Amino acid sequence: MQILQVIGLAILGAVLLAFLRQTRSDLAVVLSAALGIVIFLMVVSNLAYFVEVMSDLAAKAGVNRLYLDTVLRVIGVAYLASFGGQVCRDAGEGALATKVELAGKVLILAMSVPLMFALLDLVLRILPS
Amino acid sequence: MGLDLILRIAGVGILVSVLCTILKQQGKEEYSLLVATAGIVVVFIMLLDHIEELLSSVRTVFRLW
Repeated sequence: MQILQVIGLAILGAVLLAFLRQTRSDLAVVLSAALGIVIFLMVVSNLAYFVEVMSDLAAKAGVNRLYLDTVLRVIGVAYLASFGGQVCRDAGEGALATKVELAGKVLILAMSVPLMFALLDLVLRILPS
Repeated sequence: MGLDLILRIAGVGILVSVLCTILKQQGKEEYSLLVATAGIVVVFIMLLDHIEELLSSVRTVFRLW
């Protein structure tokens, strides 16, 4: 089962990080980032499978592709922003982490504008004008 | 799957820290600094293609751009 690999890798990484942090804390930052990347790469195939199934369902249900694409893009930006923020916070750079998360939030807001317009159009159409 | 990357980075880290302490004992401070920066560069180059792999997989999965 994949979860066993992930847990084994995480424990091994935690031990190595504990050792590295004493002597060379700069390499510990790179190692923790590498651990995050490797663990995500392990589960990305299942994530891709899930996204395929969801988009097929949305296509069958006749949902407009704009909605699902925007939601997927928002999830992607949110994940990347939180990943970058966590790596920066792990390295001790709290201020940098908040900046990265702020950038992520702003980008998500910018991406959700067409969705908001679609919602407003729908509401206006429903209201008896 | 990515175990070799983790072990390689940890190996370089341990090697650099041992070398730095040895060089400090010998009294050669500047060499230990060189070894530290070389270790950082080597580790980061090893990490680069994995970062690229992560970003491209996120891009394709979430159809980012």
